[in-house]
Amino acid sequence: MAQQMTGARMVVQALKDQGVDVVFGYPGGAVLPIYDEIFQDQGIKHILVRHEQGAAHAAEGYARSTGKPGVVLVTSGPGATNAVTGITDALMDSIPMVVLSGQVPTFMIGSDAFQEADTVGITRPCSKHNWLVKETDALAQTIHQAFHVATSGRPGPVLVDIPKDVQFATGTYVGPTEARASHYQPKVKGDTEMITALVEALETAERPIFYTGGGVINSGTLASQLLREWVEATGFPITSTLMGLGAYPASGKNWLGMLGMHGLYEANMAMHGCDLMINIGARFDDRITGRIADFSPHSRKAHIDIDPSSINKVIRTDFPIVGDVAHVLEDALRIWKSRGRKVNKSALKKWWAQIEEWKQVRCLTYKNSDSVIKPQHALERLEALTRGHDRYICTDVGQHQMWAAQFLGFDAPNRWMTSGGLGTMGYGLPASIGVQVAHPDSLVINVAGDASFMMNLQEMGTARQYDLPVKQFILNNERLGMVRQWQELLHGERYSHSWSEALPDFVKLAEAFGAKGFMVSDPKDLDDAIMEMIEYDGPVIFDCLVEKHENCFPMIPSGEPHNNMLLGDASTKDAIGTKGAVLV
Amino acid sequence: MSPLNIEKGSSKHSAYDLRNPNAEVIETHTLAVVVDNEAGVLARVIGLFSGRGYNIESLTVAEVDHLGHRSRITIVTTGTPEVIEQIKAQLGRLVPVHKVQDLTTEGPSVERELALLKVSGTGDKRVEALRLADIFRANAVDSTLESFVFSIAGSPEKIDAFIELMRPLGLVETARTGVAALTRGAN
Repeated sequence: MAQQMTGARMVVQALKDQGVDVVFGYPGGAVLPIYDEIFQDQGIKHILVRHEQGAAHAAEGYARSTGKPGVVLVTSGPGATNAVTGITDALMDSIPMVVLSGQVPTFMIGSDAFQEADTVGITRPCSKHNWLVKETDALAQTIHQAFHVATSGRPGPVLVDIPKDVQFATGTYVGPTEARASHYQPKVKGDTEMITALVEALETAERPIFYTGGGVINSGTLASQLLREWVEATGFPITSTLMGLGAYPASGKNWLGMLGMHGLYEANMAMHGCDLMINIGARFDDRITGRIADFSPHSRKAHIDIDPSSINKVIRTDFPIVGDVAHVLEDALRIWKSRGRKVNKSALKKWWAQIEEWKQVRCLTYKNSDSVIKPQHALERLEALTRGHDRYICTDVGQHQMWAAQFLGFDAPNRWMTSGGLGTMGYGLPASIGVQVAHPDSLVINVAGDASFMMNLQEMGTARQYDLPVKQFILNNERLGMVRQWQELLHGERYSHSWSEALPDFVKLAEAFGAKGFMVSDPKDLDDAIMEMIEYDGPVIFDCLVEKHENCFPMIPSGEPHNNMLLGDASTKDAIGTKGAVLV
Repeated sequence: MSPLNIEKGSSKHSAYDLRNPNAEVIETHTLAVVVDNEAGVLARVIGLFSGRGYNIESLTVAEVDHLGHRSRITIVTTGTPEVIEQIKAQLGRLVPVHKVQDLTTEGPSVERELALLKVSGTGDKRVEALRLADIFRANAVDSTLESFVFSIAGSPEKIDAFIELMRPLGLVETARTGVAALTRGAN
């Protein structure tokens, strides 16, 4: 059904045909024709952010919590450059996102025109793919292709740069079904022989472990279901990266907790001591592996990943399987069942006994206090008081993020939005806005640090404008906590520029934005205040004044192996030395 | 918590492990990459190499299928076997890339390069240059009373050898195309 229409009209039509219901954006000169179409067409909801970085993070929050691509609309020049951090964040965490940017008219490109930037040049290395559309006839095709690329294979952000004259001119519109098929069709089925080899290894493994990541969540809810089925049926222990939390429930009996630099002792020790590691949709990130040469030295490793470049990038793999997690798990389960559901029961029993011993270290132990709120305690109370709710959690980046991953439990996928790969401070507030837009009736909480929150706090205006009742739960230590921790442990306690001396009064700040503010400093008041926050129907800034010099443990110092963890309050020197030595 | 004992030169000061795990044998590979001939595709390939710290020894690119808008990029690169594998996988995941071929590992292949050399001189040197050009089957494509421009085609090693011989005979300037390569045989 080819129709003649303007480029600007095509943009709106293509978004509707792609099933887009909301766009996060900010208008400007080079996108005015598109905004004019949005004004005249009520079919698409537009959320006006306060800064284009906020638009990108909001789209990430929307995408991560729904599984659908997030859509961003920004103007040329500064509009596009401001979105770059969010685009890069989405690339690192494999979040599907389509960014539409305005551009100066084609005949002015290269003339250093007002608000001109080489947007495709700037975003080439930080997007999965991008296009500069020079003819209106190619626009609809390109937008459909953009959605295909963003959501196929390993998801990621794409950008379509649209010059203003292309928006004004008339051309032929094609719908998604008539659009030319793309040659970009990543393989989703895994190699059956390799899957069978993995199943064989799994049947005899003495110390197996599932190590799962964000790929399980990206693969969709079916992948999580299949993973749960396989974990329960095999009885194997399972750990997950920061990005994969919720794929297997934190309340599940085989759950060891998160692994990695601030992961749980039992999870890291099990990774170090296993004889079969089954990596499902994770990428052996350096926060996970520690020192490569000593990473899980006695195990055979399977790696299931849809991106062939992830396999053997960091760690040599014995069972490389390129494919979509849900497809591979389906085949693996079928093959394992048809071969009689075998596992090495007696060895597994011993393995679990060893894991139970590691759990006795109680690595998350901290010294609580009556006089000052410990950040871990604040999160334990937040967890206890919100557990039953229809809850989504976002975070910023730093100590609070790691504590949130340690102390909050996720029983379903798509409930945990955090900036993993890029580690973008300022991610949480706009991400929570995107989540709340997608789930208007749910409880959406952003666990933030005071420094991270300051990076994008202008988005409180967005929350107020659209009546989005996001709860900003700030663990305020008046420090850049993680930086301070590294300086304490690794730089001779020289605290170079890692504190904030002039923080605003967050309660007044909340009021200035038309939101509700709470300030709590006494542990006795914490529960009541959290309950009030939950019950308040509107955006909240919750200023939780916590212990200023608390460190986040366990911690694997960089360049150290998994069995060399710093344990903080749970620590005795023996805990690392002798127990670690068992398997080395 | 006491500060860690940090040895001088240790990577513990960093948030990253600074030791290079890939300090191994370096190989040279010739890769043929078939891409959509669209705007920015060369920048995408080159950006991948610079962004991820890979080496480019030689790079040639031209459209080889005008109707299908396909270009062929021939890249000579160096790295450890792991890095070479990564380069191929990273190239393969670029959206406009149709095919990545490693001509070094996928059976025998032929490699050819074209070079133009300007050699100036008189007397014995001029005669010697012409004699050597004849041996290497280089053609004189421009000539004055004091200079030649030779055109030579062949393997990169042959061209290297010819350039070395011309250097003492008055080599003024060299232009090389970079390598074009194809697998041998019917397929």
